[in-house]
Amino acid sequence: MTLRLEARQRTPAWMNLALPLAAVVAALVLCSGLIALAGAGVFEAYGVMFSSAFGDSYAITETLVRAAPMIFTGLAVAVAFRAKFWNIGAEGQLLAGAIASCAVGAIPMPGPLAMLLMALSGAAAGAAVALVPAILRVRLKVDDVVSSLLLNSIIFYALMALIEGSWKDPLSGYPISPPIEDSANFPVLMEGTRLHLGVLVALLAAPVVWFVISRTTLGFRIRVTGENPEAARYGGINVQRVLLSAAILSGGLAGLAGVGEVGGVHFQVMSDISPGYGYSGIVIAMLARLNPLGVVPAAIFLAAVMTGAEAMSRATGVPAFLSDVIQGTALLSMLVALLFTAYRIRRTGGVS
Amino acid sequence: MRGISKNFGPVKANEDVNLEVAPGEILGLLGENGAGKTTLMNILFGAYQPDAGQIRVNGSPVTITNSADALAAGIGMVHQHFHLASRLTVLENLLVGMPGRNGRLDRAGTLARLAAIADEHGLKLDPDSPVSGLSVGEQQRLEIVKALFRGARLLILDEPTAVLAPSEVEGLFAALRSMAGQGLGIIFISHKLNEVRALTHRCVVLRHGKVAGRIDAPADTTASEMARLMCGHEIVPPVKGLSRPGEPVLALAGISTAGHAGMKLHDVSLTVRSGEIVGVAGVSGNGQRALADVVSGMVRPSSGEMSIAGRKVTAFTPVEVQALGLGRIPEDRMTTGLVTNLPLADSMVLPRIGTAAFSSKGLLRPGAIRTFAEEQIRAYDIRCPGPFVRAGALSGGNLQKALLARELAFDPRVLIAAQPTRGLDIGAARFVHEKFLDLRSKGCGIVVISEDLEELLVLSDRIAVMYEGRIAGIVDAADATVARLGMLMTGAGQTEVGKAEAREP
Amino acid sequence: MSAVLDQIFQVGFLAAILRIATPLAFATLGEMFSERAGVLNLGIEGIMLLSAMTGFTAAYFTGSLWLGVLAAAATGALMGALHGLFTVVLGLSQHVCGIGITLFSSGIAYFFYRLIFGQQSVPPSIDGFKPVAIPLLSHIPILGPAVFSQFSLVYLAIVAIPLSAFVLYRTPWGLSVRMVGENPRAADSAGVSVIGTRMTAVILGGALMGLAGAFLTMAQFNAFTFGVVSGRGWVAIALVVFGRWDPWRSAGAALLFAFVDALQLRMQASGLGHIPYEAFLMLPFVLTIVAMALMSRNAVAPSALLKPFRREER
Repeated sequence: MTLRLEARQRTPAWMNLALPLAAVVAALVLCSGLIALAGAGVFEAYGVMFSSAFGDSYAITETLVRAAPMIFTGLAVAVAFRAKFWNIGAEGQLLAGAIASCAVGAIPMPGPLAMLLMALSGAAAGAAVALVPAILRVRLKVDDVVSSLLLNSIIFYALMALIEGSWKDPLSGYPISPPIEDSANFPVLMEGTRLHLGVLVALLAAPVVWFVISRTTLGFRIRVTGENPEAARYGGINVQRVLLSAAILSGGLAGLAGVGEVGGVHFQVMSDISPGYGYSGIVIAMLARLNPLGVVPAAIFLAAVMTGAEAMSRATGVPAFLSDVIQGTALLSMLVALLFTAYRIRRTGGVS
Repeated sequence: MRGISKNFGPVKANEDVNLEVAPGEILGLLGENGAGKTTLMNILFGAYQPDAGQIRVNGSPVTITNSADALAAGIGMVHQHFHLASRLTVLENLLVGMPGRNGRLDRAGTLARLAAIADEHGLKLDPDSPVSGLSVGEQQRLEIVKALFRGARLLILDEPTAVLAPSEVEGLFAALRSMAGQGLGIIFISHKLNEVRALTHRCVVLRHGKVAGRIDAPADTTASEMARLMCGHEIVPPVKGLSRPGEPVLALAGISTAGHAGMKLHDVSLTVRSGEIVGVAGVSGNGQRALADVVSGMVRPSSGEMSIAGRKVTAFTPVEVQALGLGRIPEDRMTTGLVTNLPLADSMVLPRIGTAAFSSKGLLRPGAIRTFAEEQIRAYDIRCPGPFVRAGALSGGNLQKALLARELAFDPRVLIAAQPTRGLDIGAARFVHEKFLDLRSKGCGIVVISEDLEELLVLSDRIAVMYEGRIAGIVDAADATVARLGMLMTGAGQTEVGKAEAREP
Repeated sequence: MSAVLDQIFQVGFLAAILRIATPLAFATLGEMFSERAGVLNLGIEGIMLLSAMTGFTAAYFTGSLWLGVLAAAATGALMGALHGLFTVVLGLSQHVCGIGITLFSSGIAYFFYRLIFGQQSVPPSIDGFKPVAIPLLSHIPILGPAVFSQFSLVYLAIVAIPLSAFVLYRTPWGLSVRMVGENPRAADSAGVSVIGTRMTAVILGGALMGLAGAFLTMAQFNAFTFGVVSGRGWVAIALVVFGRWDPWRSAGAALLFAFVDALQLRMQASGLGHIPYEAFLMLPFVLTIVAMALMSRNAVAPSALLKPFRREER
């Protein structure tokens, strides 16, 4: 008696929700072992984690603020992966967006204009960075994974050089950029919280990106190119142009993540402005099964875990790095879960 | 093999099949595409596990769970698509899976054995040549030598002549007879009835997964009797009415390709008129792909001109040739034609997604797409749960119908189809042929590129033969015989007359 | 600038090249074996980090450096096996699985490091490997002290390169690996276990990556810091392409990169005017991208790279 994988004809609809949930639960269950190893109570630790993320309205706004850049990077990765453009460089594109928007925001001008220009420049910077691995792949067959990864390090060092040297805030003791004009600070949507305009934009961006992917010819071409570039070419699609378009979209979204952090949270750029949001975007995109609408709950989940992990660490002594382990485990669990969308398990009788 | 059954989900690929081969015997295994021949042999060779039944070798039952078991039982197989690594050498391909000597690869011993086999059966090969440098016939030779190397006493060949020129087939048969003479058993899978009649001692015919009949004297059985066993009823070739060819709908003049990977075209000229079917014959690898690529708008020729319905082609893109009225059926329906993981409807609108039919100002028209897909599914009787099923779930025949539908719905003036019935069962192939003849009577010009000479003989008004990237000759249907075409296919038939025909007015 | 050029021919510089090249060589060889069998392992960065941590921890608590090396190699092999389980056995996307393994391994590494060592102002360190001089050979002028008075792990790396070439090109297992990476169906019908060969290759690769990590914490830095790998894993992936999936060329690529890295360190130290030190840190990465840009167009990867193998696929 053996178990065999058999290809499915169609994915049942209930799986679209059930699988990410199952992956999340599996990740939490697996990581509970680590909590136990650290000598803390599992329910106590998770309790602190999630209550500090969702416990009261202020906590929820904090989680949303944390989620906003990850919604953008999750969208960025989802768009890119749909075209099978392996954009692992969302981290660097975020930084580029942060740098550009911070530079623009420091120029004195009316608030609304500043914010608009910040968004445009940040998106453009992110798009430009994303175009590098895309062009290298399209013209020179360079692997986009490696080039986008290496570019992350390069941009990080460039940022460090700037904020330690020519772009250092003279009023500060340690490396940080000059702040943007006060008028360029994103307006706060709820008194007493940090919930800024960028969060709203992120939440609105998800359905917009969904529309682009599912209802426009560009989105159609992106999907087909990602699934089968040969058939796309035969069908008259300019595969190179589609890849570059996907890179521009993807980089632009990642750049907007940086814009939000500068305009709404930190108002200036420092070396640790992104604790790995670009990489989290990959986890989020996979949990969302590359569906832009699914990115929002996935990002909120990860934001809760990240915010909650700090509180949990203070309360129970479990290292806050648990959130990184949960992220990695969630991604791996999701991949295993995805197997069930394409295959089902069959029991077969053996040979007599 | 006794009582072998195998299911793939609801599909019964093999049902209670019994089959025996004696030493020194060449057994033909017949059946149309989808009858279960390859499945049965894959079971014998360990790629699949039977759901029921038993296999015995030399009287003792054996369990074959993988190729290693099969090889140990003395069973070797030459697959239809060769199992060779083109970047490795002949020697390395032979050595794979063999134990080494003192932990190292045994080069000297292998060379000696290779020379011995070459002497015995006339199968010579250069051991250090990379496989990519071998001709198709030589690669097949390597596959056979691989099996002999492992001491195979039973050799299975799956459609071995599909890739050979008629003259190379004789060489293969000679080698097979020599091996049978030495006591090897051979199972010869084919759907080419005349070859089976010439070579085999006995035949087993499969139909829909079951044994439909056994033939004890194939040489005395007519091809039509065999065909009747294979598909259960008389085969009546479709009626090809008279054609009244009209204006040229596709004209190629002096087309050459320089940058094309694989065989390049040299000075190819061809004219197709409305209401006629022009077949393109040739051993695979003689430029047919390049021809299809140029006409389909995938490759720009380095010189020459092409026009569709009188209008010159300038950009050589799929969008342009489509807009000019060319319909295209690609050779590999799964890899080039359709996107297997997306809904069927997406594949059906793919080539024309940018046109007003399916989109407007950059936005898709989902209603129009759905309606189109549903209409075509109805019109062509495509068996599927609906337009949004995963394209990869459909059978070969239904996929081909979908590809036809997506082109024919836009009334092409000229249609180019490459290997249109490859891998299809007789019913589906018949459907395709009837569709083509129907189009022909309605005034469409059709180019059919095929490695199946019989198909071309049935369909074509004229047949162009390609050899080494050139048109070796164009023969009218009335004068076309397998012998004549076979000569052109191997470059032997190039006479002055042939060359004159190749130059189109 | 001429001061920098003078430095190139000094013993210390040559020794530095070999030191920097060693972890890269191990990592590149490991990734090469995996990719030759058809499996891209993007988990390399995380595997190196986790192995570095376990090796360091084992050495710290047992006092034995070689036990630490063993622990690191075992960790690498284990994570390689995990990656293989997902990609080879289950056939999941090699790109995403690799990223997942990197995220997971990094998280685990940081988590356990913090759990075991807590948060200390001075990070714990060990008495790491000391250079071992080979008698006679280390007395050759210039080359001697540079090459033959090195850490044992450097010698191990130097031996690993021809050994890898021998295994890959002259043994039956190596041929199976190459065949599985070119045409797994052909390998399967020749009786080779595709899954078994791929798993072994990925596990061996992981063990080599583990050795790379061990070198970083036990020979080069004598401590575990959060940036101890800082992109070397990704560089190794580029080096495999640059080295055309061949052990000798990959080792050469590692040496070349190490040369540039050693050079930029010297240039930083000599403080060339007002150029910020980050520009030098960037230099090896930029050059890697440039090298890939030059090399990749004609790169011939193993044909079956990235393609999972399922026998009964219909």
